[in-house]
Amino acid sequence: MKVLKLIFKNSFRHKLRTFLTILGIGVAVMAFGLLRTVVNAFGSGVRASSADRLVTRDAVTFINPLPLSYFNQIKQVPGVKQVTYMNWFGGTYIDQSHFFARYAVDPNTFFSVYPEYEIGKKAFAEFQSQPNSCIVGSALAQRYNFKAGDVITINGDIYPGTWEFQVAGIYKPEFKSTDAMSMFLNWNYLNEEVKQTFPGRADEVGWYVEQIANGANPGEVSKEIDALFANSPAETKTESERQFQQGFLASAGAIISAMNYVSFVIVGIIMLVLANTMIMSARERTREYAVLKAIGFSGRHLVGMILGESLLVSLLGGILGIFLTYPLVNSFASFSNFLGAELSVQSITLITAFTAVVFVGIAAAIFPIQRAMNTRIADGIRFVG
Amino acid sequence: MANLIEIKEVSKIYRRDSIETPVLTGINLSVGNGEFLALMGPSGSGKTTLLNLIAGIDKPTGGEIIVGGTDIARLSESALAKWRSSNIGFIFQFYNLIPVLTAYENVELPLLLTKLSKQERKQHVEAALNIVGLAERMNYYPKQLSGGQEQRVAIARAIVTDPLILIADEPTGDLDKNSAEEIMTLMQRLNSEFKKTIVLVTHDAHTASRAKTLRHLEKGDLLPADGQAA
Ligand SMILES: Nc1ncnc2c1ncn2[C@@H]1O[C@H](COP(=O)(O)OP(=O)(O)OP(=O)(O)O)[C@@H](O)[C@H]1O
Ligand SMILES: [Mg+2]
Repeated sequence: MKVLKLIFKNSFRHKLRTFLTILGIGVAVMAFGLLRTVVNAFGSGVRASSADRLVTRDAVTFINPLPLSYFNQIKQVPGVKQVTYMNWFGGTYIDQSHFFARYAVDPNTFFSVYPEYEIGKKAFAEFQSQPNSCIVGSALAQRYNFKAGDVITINGDIYPGTWEFQVAGIYKPEFKSTDAMSMFLNWNYLNEEVKQTFPGRADEVGWYVEQIANGANPGEVSKEIDALFANSPAETKTESERQFQQGFLASAGAIISAMNYVSFVIVGIIMLVLANTMIMSARERTREYAVLKAIGFSGRHLVGMILGESLLVSLLGGILGIFLTYPLVNSFASFSNFLGAELSVQSITLITAFTAVVFVGIAAAIFPIQRAMNTRIADGIRFVG
Repeated sequence: MANLIEIKEVSKIYRRDSIETPVLTGINLSVGNGEFLALMGPSGSGKTTLLNLIAGIDKPTGGEIIVGGTDIARLSESALAKWRSSNIGFIFQFYNLIPVLTAYENVELPLLLTKLSKQERKQHVEAALNIVGLAERMNYYPKQLSGGQEQRVAIARAIVTDPLILIADEPTGDLDKNSAEEIMTLMQRLNSEFKKTIVLVTHDAHTASRAKTLRHLEKGDLLPADGQAA
């Protein structure tokens, strides 16, 4: 259609201006994309958490360990199907900038309580039998090119010393939201080593995770677990995995809501950038639009032309921005190692950015359209920019 | 012969806020089919205003404007737009071509509103450009043309739909003497050879002398027809 050609030619009448507008929108969309990706990554831990898992930790603080002896007691609580336990291992791989999460987990129960970490039979058997073995996430393996048999050296801090773990296998995340950046090592091996060096810290567990039976009431099971250890030196607090994650996130909440807020401020900025360009163009073309109307073009034609131009520029900016978002997120992820979670651009972010860009394209056209429609032909033809 | 344009007791008052500017007061004017009328008058006398009323891009405050039997003052905006596209060809002082379109595309613009096929449009556009003598420049952009050539493209755009009436507001006002001569020769030819009825506004007596009829507008009033009337 001829009108499309005119829209296209009109859009690039001032090449530099249009280019700068597209670039401006692109950069803003890119910033929007990064912010949304980070905000989503914060939330994805909560979404990935399972509703049928409970976490039992020390009632006072997360840092205090719990006795290993609780394991058999918790297992007896009605409604508890399986129990596992783990410790935060900490330490450094290479240096501080190469951060990923490392947990010491019970090799016998961990993977059945966490079926979303999928590992092969062979790897599982080796993990159980080989004391100093470990399992790494697929994203982690990809980043550092870890393969089965490789030895990973960790400098301990919570557990001082130089630790060498041999990769028994690689786990695959079941869902996109499942964390694939963690390393799991054998709790029994860690405990044996601790017995030798720090006997006082042996048989201590960071926290317990229970999988509850189908139909069991999580609230009641939690209460019963905590009741077991009431008035003991190590009282517990049990909550659903989701609450546990949310509690952890609460501290970051202010930052998240600020980022949320800023990401939508960015949409406003995109709108101002585009509206400014569109208003300038429409003003310059006052006479042309009047001439087109005189020739017999209707208001509908003008609406189509102005809206088309606004949408074309906003979409080009949006596409540029979306393309720029990927390298930005990747480079951000590679130097900041965010929350141990794989930072990736989610489709919801793309959809939100795209919707925002379309919305902006329409909104920025409103004022110029109004102006073009309301200018009387006779006045428009007299108009001298 | 019935008059093509019949203007009866037309008045125009511009209103802005509470300020009223009476521009035309009780104008009566008849323009026959095939006429070539030049309107002269001092700046601000209302020439453009009158021309706009005849062309149907502005509405009178009072009176009737009957063109080809239609009282155009009573048409709705959209009906008027349709009416203009088939009855009126516009020629402006500043050509008003679309700078991003070639001469060909500019001339083609009014045809985009018709049902003509691409091939038919091509024939019409080439015929119009031939009449104004610019067929070989059809792929030039306005800024690659001289002022006189731009105005000829604008004239081709005005005649491409084969309208009854050409409306020209100071078509030579921005041109040098030679180009102005060429444009007026072209206008005369459109009148005599292609039977276009032309209403033209000009400041320039020499330009006006190329028309068949000359009328003077003074302070919103049309002076009685002078000796040049056809
Ligand atoms: N939209 C408007 N609102 C108010 N007054 C207007 C408007 N348009 C024109 N006028 C006034 O109407 C009067 C006649 O204007 P018009 O343009 O018809 O004159 P003109 O004879 O064409 O003048 P020129 O030779 O300078 O082109 C002028 O006083 C002008 O200021
Ligand atoms: Mg005028």
